[in-house]
Amino acid sequence: MDFELSEEQVLLKDSVDRFVQDNYSPDDRLKLSQTELGFSRDHWKTMAELGWLGMAFPEEVGGFGGGAVETMIMMESMGRGLVLEPFVSTVLLGGALIAEAGSEEQIESIIPSVIEGQTMLAFAYAEPQSRFNLNDVETTASKSGDGYVLNGTKSVVYHGGTADKIVISARTSGESRDADGISLFVVDREAAGMDVRAYRTVDGQRAADIRLENVSVGADALLGAEGAAAPVIEKITDRAIGALCAEAVGAMAAANDITNEYLKTRKQFGIPIGKFQVLQHRMVDMYMEAEQSKSMSDMAAMKLDLGYENDTKRAVSAAKSQIGKACKFVGQQSVQLHGGMGMTDEYSIGHYFKRLSTIEMLFGNTDYHLNRFSALS
Amino acid sequence: MDLSFTDEELAFQAEVRDFLEKNLPADVKDRYERGLHFTKEGQVRWQRILNEKGWLAPGWPVEYGGTGWTATQKYIFSQELGRASAPPPIPFGINMVGPVIYTFGNQEQKDLYLPRILNSDDWWCQGYSEPGSGSDLASLQTKAVRDGDDYIVNGQKIWTSHAQHADMIFCLVRTDSNVKQQEGISFLLIDMKTPGITLKPIIGLDTEHTLNEVFFDDVRVPVKNRIGEENKGWTYAKFLLGNERTSIARISQSKLKVKKLRDIAASQRVSGGLLQDDADFMRKLNQIDVDLMALEYTELRMLSRIQKGEPLTAEPSMLKIKGSDIQQALTELSVEALGLYGAAYESQEIREGRNDQNFAPDYANGPMAEHLYLRAASIYGGSNEIQRNIISKMVLGL
Ligand SMILES: Cc1cc2nc3c(=O)[nH]c(=O)nc-3n(C[C@H](O)[C@H](O)[C@H](O)COP(=O)(O)OP(=O)(O)OC[C@H]3O[C@@H](n4cnc5c(N)ncnc54)[C@H](O)[C@@H]3O)c2cc1C
Ligand SMILES: Cc1cc2nc3c(=O)[nH]c(=O)nc-3n(C[C@H](O)[C@H](O)[C@H](O)COP(=O)(O)OP(=O)(O)OC[C@H]3O[C@@H](n4cnc5c(N)ncnc54)[C@H](O)[C@@H]3O)c2cc1C
Repeated sequence: MDFELSEEQVLLKDSVDRFVQDNYSPDDRLKLSQTELGFSRDHWKTMAELGWLGMAFPEEVGGFGGGAVETMIMMESMGRGLVLEPFVSTVLLGGALIAEAGSEEQIESIIPSVIEGQTMLAFAYAEPQSRFNLNDVETTASKSGDGYVLNGTKSVVYHGGTADKIVISARTSGESRDADGISLFVVDREAAGMDVRAYRTVDGQRAADIRLENVSVGADALLGAEGAAAPVIEKITDRAIGALCAEAVGAMAAANDITNEYLKTRKQFGIPIGKFQVLQHRMVDMYMEAEQSKSMSDMAAMKLDLGYENDTKRAVSAAKSQIGKACKFVGQQSVQLHGGMGMTDEYSIGHYFKRLSTIEMLFGNTDYHLNRFSALS
Repeated sequence: MDLSFTDEELAFQAEVRDFLEKNLPADVKDRYERGLHFTKEGQVRWQRILNEKGWLAPGWPVEYGGTGWTATQKYIFSQELGRASAPPPIPFGINMVGPVIYTFGNQEQKDLYLPRILNSDDWWCQGYSEPGSGSDLASLQTKAVRDGDDYIVNGQKIWTSHAQHADMIFCLVRTDSNVKQQEGISFLLIDMKTPGITLKPIIGLDTEHTLNEVFFDDVRVPVKNRIGEENKGWTYAKFLLGNERTSIARISQSKLKVKKLRDIAASQRVSGGLLQDDADFMRKLNQIDVDLMALEYTELRMLSRIQKGEPLTAEPSMLKIKGSDIQQALTELSVEALGLYGAAYESQEIREGRNDQNFAPDYANGPMAEHLYLRAASIYGGSNEIQRNIISKMVLGL
């Protein structure tokens, strides 16, 4: 047993930390989130040059063979700065799905370009009625000649408005909510029939709703075996959940640091407010939540690297539900302890609160994962 | 002990219900139901409709334009407002400065300001907090120095809600720096158009503009705009805060929200069923409903004591703490009802300017806006930590 980082892992962490320090002051981040694009293509290029976009891909597909632990390290550091670049959407979702299920040709034509920072991806899985159920897919893909025709609606596709290609889950057979019969397709965002409506999200990022109206794709758009995508989707989203947990750990640590500092400097009644015992205890509770979250995130990452068994899924759900609760507590209390300051868009703490609240709900909220944990036990 | 309404009270309830059904403007109701910030025009229009009926300020004494209703009638009225999705009047005039003026003001002030408040001619805002003085309000620094018939005011206020709409601001200012903090404060009524006043917007977490900084740079305020005695402002300020805390519990609004969430749960399709099939969701909603009932009956017990002439001490603080907890739990659950669509939030301005709305349910934007804004419910009006300090000191003697 060993919770310590290896030498290479420490180097990776330092380099992401440095990037965040240099580029992600709260002001920088706020300005970036308010641009049309919502992130920086220059940063993306830097991330590619530093090799991060290939870190999570296996060596066989041209990546650096990092595992969930390396991903966790990067995400934790990025969480500290609330990094906006579409790393999760492009690398951990879109890219991972292609690397996991794609044919040699698909991998060769897309993954190197992702690693180089040329191609951006998104994953469209949710639908208006699906809530957190990954198998609730009403979007259809019907056979047509050699290829398929896609119809349906996908909701809240993070970075769907800027991705070059979007991985879309659609039903090739079966009833809505069957695990069998779900397929994945890689579709150009600009393909005919793709009605992509992009908007801002509460956490300062961008997402899109996508209506697919008779979108024709060739047979080469199908990712993996027809109708057999459900296990792939579950596995890749579980890894992404592990990554989001790590992002939350970083964001909570930063939120706690900022709040702790505020308690030491903000004076009321002639003394720093951190001298009030009720606030000391609150801060201690926030600290404990963050520490427990770090333990759960580390645990989930290590289990994800050991394989993908029932036990891994349980670990992921346990981490997500514990961290979900922590996200809410730490986020809300950080705002509370800042008083009016916490309510302003200009001050950074509120942005941590918003991102932490969103992480709580992405890929299933606390209740959802507690139920999944219980079903898997 | 008796919970039931008399026949007269039931008739009164029917009258109020009927009035609201016929007179509440649809656009005002719609905004309110969707959790969007009001427009000034809509709010004023609605307040004038209530005032024409004589129902804008039920709590005021009859001689100043109040209703003379019993506590039960006032309770029924506020329940009916909630039930009808009618926005409550902006509190700064009606609930805050109005009662200060008729309790502590002179005849001239009463004659001038009270009718203007009732007719919504003056929109008031509250100039209490300062950058260095929030919870520790008595430490405020904004100075007013006497110069003949005027005070010259210098300083800064912050977190001034809706100051950008306001015609008047009521301010706490320091008129004596050489005495105990609380004893050197005066209460001034200031016209927002006076030269030397400038505003700077503060954008909130919901990316909307409701908050402001207000700067005073050699602002001349006639001495006749002072309420009561010089240096006695703290007394009037505390009286006002007591009123603020009682009205901040917003019980009838929370009841409306519970009902709305039940409707949403009964109609929203989620993964093969309806949201109301989600046991976790419903348990949380029912828990809030029970908490709300506990709060409501606590308020009623207090009302009944007031009706008997027994004074309250720090009990309004309890209403404030529990009421804000419930408001926050409700908005959180409203966001949860949206699932992933909870993330799809844009400011009203951006959203209303778009012609390619996303596919979320049509009530989708409001819950997140409220969720973000109402994090302030445990901060404003005296934070919940401060309210607990008050209860522990005044009620429990700790
Ligand atoms: C089952 C049991 C077994 C025990 N066994 C042993 C034993 O084998 N040997 C032995 O020596 N002792 C033993 N103890 C004693 C135990 O260590 C004391 O009860 C404990 O230290 C608390 O002291 P107290 O009971 O005097 O409570 P107090 O110190 O009077 O505390 C009362 C309450 O005030 C709180 N409080 C006190 N100070 C503060 C502060 N500064 N800030 C915030 N809150 C505060 C406490 O947390 C507590 O809630 C035992 C106690 C129990 C209940
Ligand atoms: C949305 C919004 C609207 C507002 N509208 C108005 C308005 O219209 N007019 C106006 O005058 N003001 C308004 N306020 C200001 C509001 O009243 C203050 O924000 C509030 O009193 C808290 O002060 P502060 O922000 O300076 O926080 P601080 O006093 O700095 O408090 C920071 C934290 O420390 C805690 N704390 C402070 N002292 C103690 C203590 N002794 N014991 C335990 N905990 C303590 C607080 O509870 C809080 O969690 C508004 C605020 C908000 C957020």
